[in-house]
Amino acid sequence: MLKITNLHMTFNPGTVNAKKALDGLNLELNEGDFVTVIGGNGAGKSTMLNAIAGVFPPDFGKIEIDGVDVTKIPEYKRAAYLGRVFQDPMKGTAADMEIAENLSIAARRGTRRRFVWGLPRKERESYKKLLADLDLGLENRLSSKVGLLSGGQRQAVTLLMATIKQPKLLLLDEHTAALDPKTAQKVLDITERIVKENNLTTVMITHNMRDAIRYGNRLIMMHEGKIIVDVSGEEKKKLTVEILLGLFTKASGNEFSNDRAILG
Amino acid sequence: MGFLNALPGAVAQGLIWGLFAIGLYISYKILDIADLTVDGSICTGACVLAVLLTKGVNIYLCLIAAFVAGAIAGAVTGLFHTAMGIPPILSGILTQLILWSLNLKILGKANLAISSRKYPVLLSSMDNWKAIVVSMIFCILVIVGLYLFFYTEVGFSIKSTGDNEHMSRAQGVNVNFNKVLGLAISNGIIALSGALLAQYQGFADINMGRGAIVIGLAAIIIGLSVSMKIMPNFVVSLIGVVSGGIAYYLVYTFVIFLGLDTDLLKMLSAIVVAIFLAVPYLKKKYFTKQRIFEDANAKTEEVDENA
Repeated sequence: MLKITNLHMTFNPGTVNAKKALDGLNLELNEGDFVTVIGGNGAGKSTMLNAIAGVFPPDFGKIEIDGVDVTKIPEYKRAAYLGRVFQDPMKGTAADMEIAENLSIAARRGTRRRFVWGLPRKERESYKKLLADLDLGLENRLSSKVGLLSGGQRQAVTLLMATIKQPKLLLLDEHTAALDPKTAQKVLDITERIVKENNLTTVMITHNMRDAIRYGNRLIMMHEGKIIVDVSGEEKKKLTVEILLGLFTKASGNEFSNDRAILG
Repeated sequence: MGFLNALPGAVAQGLIWGLFAIGLYISYKILDIADLTVDGSICTGACVLAVLLTKGVNIYLCLIAAFVAGAIAGAVTGLFHTAMGIPPILSGILTQLILWSLNLKILGKANLAISSRKYPVLLSSMDNWKAIVVSMIFCILVIVGLYLFFYTEVGFSIKSTGDNEHMSRAQGVNVNFNKVLGLAISNGIIALSGALLAQYQGFADINMGRGAIVIGLAAIIIGLSVSMKIMPNFVVSLIGVVSGGIAYYLVYTFVIFLGLDTDLLKMLSAIVVAIFLAVPYLKKKYFTKQRIFEDANAKTEEVDENA
């Protein structure tokens, strides 16, 4: 499904601020995998996701999605394969446009945009049902500007946008980190439901170890631009935060240094 | 008496500048780019029309040529920005400078008369009522056209490009292409307004675009301050923007009637625009503080109740 081979990325090379974000990363995902990703600050989690999405070209390495080498395909074209939700709720939606308009833009991801009506009435009606499934009371607010919604509502709409046109790969970059715990839980529940219903191959970065353990069928832990722990199947079901911390220390020779992740 | 006589002329010019402001609205409000090309492209529209008209070309073909010339200018600015990575403001200034030379070359001299007695112009200051009708028809056609355009799939993606580039790219929108297209349409409309203006005043002049962006911004600000309160949708906004142009010219005519030194008009326009642009910022700065303070109070009260 997704195959990353020997991916390297250094930011600000040749300066004092040089930062090796990815250092020979290898990762292979199978169809239907739901992978959670954890790691300390600067471990390269977001860099990996952005490299997959094509936000920047990697220094070295190869990214394949479903057998297609996408390494050199620009971000907007690569979007045809991907659904993305970001940490910042403001990033995933156009604030001055209606909820329905946002969804209609997402529904045309990966197709050529034409000079035909952008939001036919029938399509608008179909969005009502999708929004009702979110159970956030948005089904009667199709014409509301997205900017009027709360952070949690915006993330839920972004999630809907990311999956309205079935992506080959769903990328979630700490998409609940900016939300209060109750809302975060709600968005996670919605995430799990949508992923299950559509059997989506998913990569979810989280800062919360418990969430990383609870969700998905596979867990990877990153450190200094590499994957140092990769647990799946039965082994993953038995994981606890303590076991995970132990695995980290053994693999990296360091104490896990992200309090937020342990306490969260 | 003098002022009343000048009213039809003010409305006619207001409508022409309203059309200009609609073009500016696309770059300034929809794409969120302060595009300085407009000072040049309004003049390009006037020059192209004037030269072709004096060569005996059909007036409607002249208008189409003016639109196309403006659109090309806008596309050049867009390419400076997207393909060459030059900041949008600088891209606009560069194109504006290029246009200054080109406009001189097109015109062949600093100005060119297109008298309504000699050429089949659609409107002129000789007949202000007719000028009002003609320029209003142009405004309506452009508003309807833009309404239809911005509700297509392509139109939606241009709006989202200006609203949230990050989201647009993630949803597979080619933001660079959209910026070039948006700037082309914007400057095409602006060149069209220049073509109308040249006919109205009876000549094209190399200096006619100077400071145009400030008049356009004033029209947008005046117009939106009213239309956003009535009904914040696309068509009402554009109608508001045209009304803003008319309001600007009514005030303009009035202060001239009062005997204000016309040399100072550009400065005063700029100051008025600066003040209006500052209002939202200052409002936020001073009113937000207040709100945080109130929130803090509300929270303390809650805690008290719990205790």
